Parts: sequence; C-alpha cells; structure tokens
Amino acid sequence: MLGEGILKGLWETAKNFTGSYVSADRLTTVEYPEQRIAPIEATRDFPFLVFDEENRDGGDPVWEAGLRCVACQICEKECPPKCIYIERSKDKKLDYLGKAQYYPARFDIDISVCMSCQICVEVCPFDAIKMDTEFELSTTDRFGGLLLDREQLAKPNEYYHKIHPAEAAGVDAHLAEEKVKADAKAKAAAEAKLAAEAKAAADAAAKATGEGA
Amino acid sequence: MSATLDQIFVLLQHWLVSFLPAVLQPFVSVLLGVVVIIGLFPALFAFAVWMERKGLGRIQNRLGPNRVGPFGLLQPIADGIKSLTKEDIVPLSADVVVHFLAPLVLVVAVFMGFAVLPMGRNMVLVDMDAGLLFYFAMGASTELSIFMAGWSSRNKYSLLGAMRAVAQMISYEVPLLMSSVAVVMIAGTLSLTKIVAAQNSYSGVFPHWYIFTPWGLAGFLMYVVSSMAETNRSPFDLPEGESELVAGYFTEYSGFKFALFFLGEYLAMFSISGLGTVLFLGGWSAPFSFLTWVPSWIWFFSKLMMSISVFIWIRGTLPRLRQDQLMNFAWKFVLPMTLLNLFVAALWRFLGEGWERWVICSVILLLAYVVLGRTGMREGKFGPRRYRYAE
Repeated sequence: MLGEGILKGLWETAKNFTGSYVSADRLTTVEYPEQRIAPIEATRDFPFLVFDEENRDGGDPVWEAGLRCVACQICEKECPPKCIYIERSKDKKLDYLGKAQYYPARFDIDISVCMSCQICVEVCPFDAIKMDTEFELSTTDRFGGLLLDREQLAKPNEYYHKIHPAEAAGVDAHLAEEKVKADAKAKAAAEAKLAAEAKAAADAAAKATGEGA
Repeated sequence: MSATLDQIFVLLQHWLVSFLPAVLQPFVSVLLGVVVIIGLFPALFAFAVWMERKGLGRIQNRLGPNRVGPFGLLQPIADGIKSLTKEDIVPLSADVVVHFLAPLVLVVAVFMGFAVLPMGRNMVLVDMDAGLLFYFAMGASTELSIFMAGWSSRNKYSLLGAMRAVAQMISYEVPLLMSSVAVVMIAGTLSLTKIVAAQNSYSGVFPHWYIFTPWGLAGFLMYVVSSMAETNRSPFDLPEGESELVAGYFTEYSGFKFALFFLGEYLAMFSISGLGTVLFLGGWSAPFSFLTWVPSWIWFFSKLMMSISVFIWIRGTLPRLRQDQLMNFAWKFVLPMTLLNLFVAALWRFLGEGWERWVICSVILLLAYVVLGRTGMREGKFGPRRYRYAE
C-alpha cells in the first residue's frame, strides 16, 4: 500500500537515531586528532628517499652520504604527472657495494602534483625510493611548502622498517644478497688478478732462469 | 500568575510603549513586534540547523558537529562568521540588480508570513480578518524570488533549478491551499486567530484540534506533503539537488547572499510549520485540558519544534523523488485527495453531531486513499520505475 515503505524507513531511521545514543558500537566515527587508527601495511601516499646510516664516510651529513639514489633518472622519466626533478652530480661517490656512482645533486618532488601511483618505486633498480605513510602535510605555503627537496625527502632505513616492516625486510635481504654477490665477484676478480700476477711473476722468473741457463 | 506568564510578552510590549507619547505608540508597538520576529526566528534558525546536523548525524550513526562549543552548539555561529567573511562573487554575465535582489525578496516575503501567525494568546503582529489569504499571497511570492535567482545567474544549473522549483511550487501550491480550505470551511473564517480559538475547547481532557477528525487528519497529511514540497525540503529537494544541479537556483550565490537563501529556506519551513500548527494542531492551545496553565507561547513553539523535528526525520529517511514522480504525485494523488477532502469536510459539517459522520467520513477517505494509492502504484506513477532494458 502507498506509504508503507515510508513508515518502514521512518522506523529504521528512528532506530538508528536512538540506537546511536544507546550502543556505542553503532557509531563508526573515529574522532580523528584524539583517536587514530593504525595504518594498514600497504598504506602509501607520497614517495621518500631511503638512506643507509651505516654507510657514512664522515664529513657529510649522514643522510647525504647514505642516499641509495644514484640519480639514474628512471623515476623522473616514468613519473606520469612529472612531479620529480633530478639533477645529476658531476663527481662520483662510492655506494654500498663499493662502486663509484653519481648521486643526486638535486632531487625535488612536488607533492601537490604527485598522484601516489607508486610507479617510481616500481621502476627503481636501487630500492632508493619508497612510499611514505605520513599524511599530515598541510602547510600555509601552497607552492614552496609542497615542493619537497632531497633533505626533506631523505629518511633512514629504520624509518622504512617502521612503516612497512615486511617490505623493508625483503628489500634488505635482497640488498644483502647483492652485496654478497658483489663481494664474491670482487674477491674472485682480486684472486684472478693475484693469480694472474703470480703467474706473470712465475713466467718472468722462469724466463729469467731460462735465459740464465 | 500563570495568566501573567501567558501574557508576559504582551504586557512587556505595553509597558515599554507606555513611556512614549501617544502619537508614536501604535508605530513603536508594531515595530517592537517586528524586531522580536526578526530577531527570534533567525536565532531559531541557528538552533534548527544545529538540530538538523546533529539529528541527521545520529540517523546515519554519526556524531554530528561536536567541535565548536559544548555539543557543537556554537557551530551555527562559526558558520555564520564564515559566510560573512567569504567573498561575494557575482558572475560577469549575471543580471546584477536581479541577482542582488533575489535573496532579499525571498527573506522579506518569508518574514511577511510571520506577521499573521498567532504565536500565543493575543500574540499576533497583525490580526487580519483574511490572515490565511495574506499568508498564501506572501508564500506564493517566494517562487518569484527563486526564479529571479535562477534567471539572473545565467547558469544552466541555476536556471534548471529555478524551472524545477517553479514547476514544483506551483503544483504543490494547489493542494496546500485546498487542504487549508477544508479548515476554513469548518471554522467559517479566514482569520488565523479565530481558527485557533475554534480549536481551543475540550471534550473531557481532549482538545478539539482539527487533526483529530477524519477530514482534519487527511488534510493535515496532505498539508505536510505539500508543505515539504513548498519549502523544497527533502524528499522534494529537486530544485537544489546537489547530485544533479550543483546547488540548483543558488549555485552562483556565495557568502552572505547564500546564507540569506539558507535562512529564507529555514524561515519558510518555520512559517509553514507554524501555519500547519495553527490550522490543524490547535495553534497555541494546550494538548490536554489540565495543561492549560502552561503559557500558550510555549505550546506554540514546542509544536513548531516538533514539526521541525519531523521535517528533519523525513529528510534523514527518504531519497529524492524524480521529477515525474513528483508531478504525478501532486496532480494524480494529492490534488484529488484534497478535492475529496473538501467534500468530506462539507459532509462533516452537515451530517450533524453523532458517530455516523465519523464512520462515513473515515470510510470515504480511507477508500479513496487505498484506491488512488493502489492504482498509482500499479501504474508505476509513484513507485519505482521499471526499466525495460534492465530486465
């Protein structure tokens, strides 16, 4: 009959109205600044640059020496909204593998442009850029305040472990593996070099004795 | 004591006026009443907005505003300050004069309606013999202001909203008037004070309000439906449907002009609820004979707030109607019912005292309700639309 549905609906909303005063579990509201829900593991908003603290070589600030970024500019090229700006350094520095690499002289991300797509993270071969969970970024300066430079972007590996524990552990294992491989390679190369030198020396000695004989 | 309390505002007005020379007294006493109305109802508006936001929040299992002041009570003040400090933007191609006048016309027209509403015993600004007629004349001019707003903005959303508003308000103006005419037929007067006086008597403890008669109940329900449509309240908020028309006819209004529209809309709701109270709910008369010692203005305003709560409740419950449902409902259900109600009211008048008229009138109205409602629903006029391609 006409009006039946309206009465049913009114009854339902009346139940909600009174029920929300009686039972607290009806209210799904979290009163934000006072109460917070812990973010889920996969939370992400804007990228940050990871640096390793154990990699310091004195003099420079810790973050600058430890940056994993080698300024390869893949992320800059892949970024769909083009919010990353990188300037490559002129000189080179040793990275964690002991290899001489360029480093970013400038690394800016405009988070007012960034769309949090995570493509920069996916393409980075050095695990240097990762997604942050920090979301309280409001500022009174909408241009400069939202353009983050490399100092603001650099965050320690420990921080990465704190916000994404599982993912960071995986990255660390991968990097350690790489390091072992690189070390082994270097060792093999050194041994080969040593062997070659020894052989050369032996050859030279043999030649000398041959000549003398 | 209770008589003094009942008349306290009237006595206060007389006392204040008595200090002035006799020539000025009539003007100043009217002016005082105007000032009170202009001060009181916007204050009530602030409270109603808070109530609405809280109520809707609770209906949706939310908390509602709770940051500004205790229980968020100062929220309307914060909103007011915000709207006052906002930039007032007038579109380049708008008709500047009409664009400026539209919110003023709305608020003025709505305020005029309060002039004839009796808010307590002897508490009426102008006791007109044709008060009801005056009220509807003023109520109809709000349509003009809405169309002014929509037309002068030169915006397709505004214009569409205004078109919808005019179509809707004119369609529902007819049943609104018709449902009130039944009251006029029984009370035999257009004066709102006399209509209240006619309801201010009791059988035993129960009052003779018109809502407690078959034709009065039917008339009241029709009145509620058409008053919701008249004030553009949900579920009849098509003229300003956010999801379809941005903000309808006041899309191009910002700052204080927007606040004036907002105010006008709520004031219209108050005044139409006040009129409904006067016509069907006994105005300022007490609901039981043993409660007559409570001041009459308390009854009027508590009835008013009850109606506002019902408005909010319905807003929290029903989704917006479609334009064709709206029109079908007005012309194919509400209008025939109100016309029938006029006939039933006449029957009630001429059947004389006795139980027969209760039975006859109730049966006629119920039958009509069932038949009209079922045919309408079967033909899909009021109910959900069936999409051929979706089946």
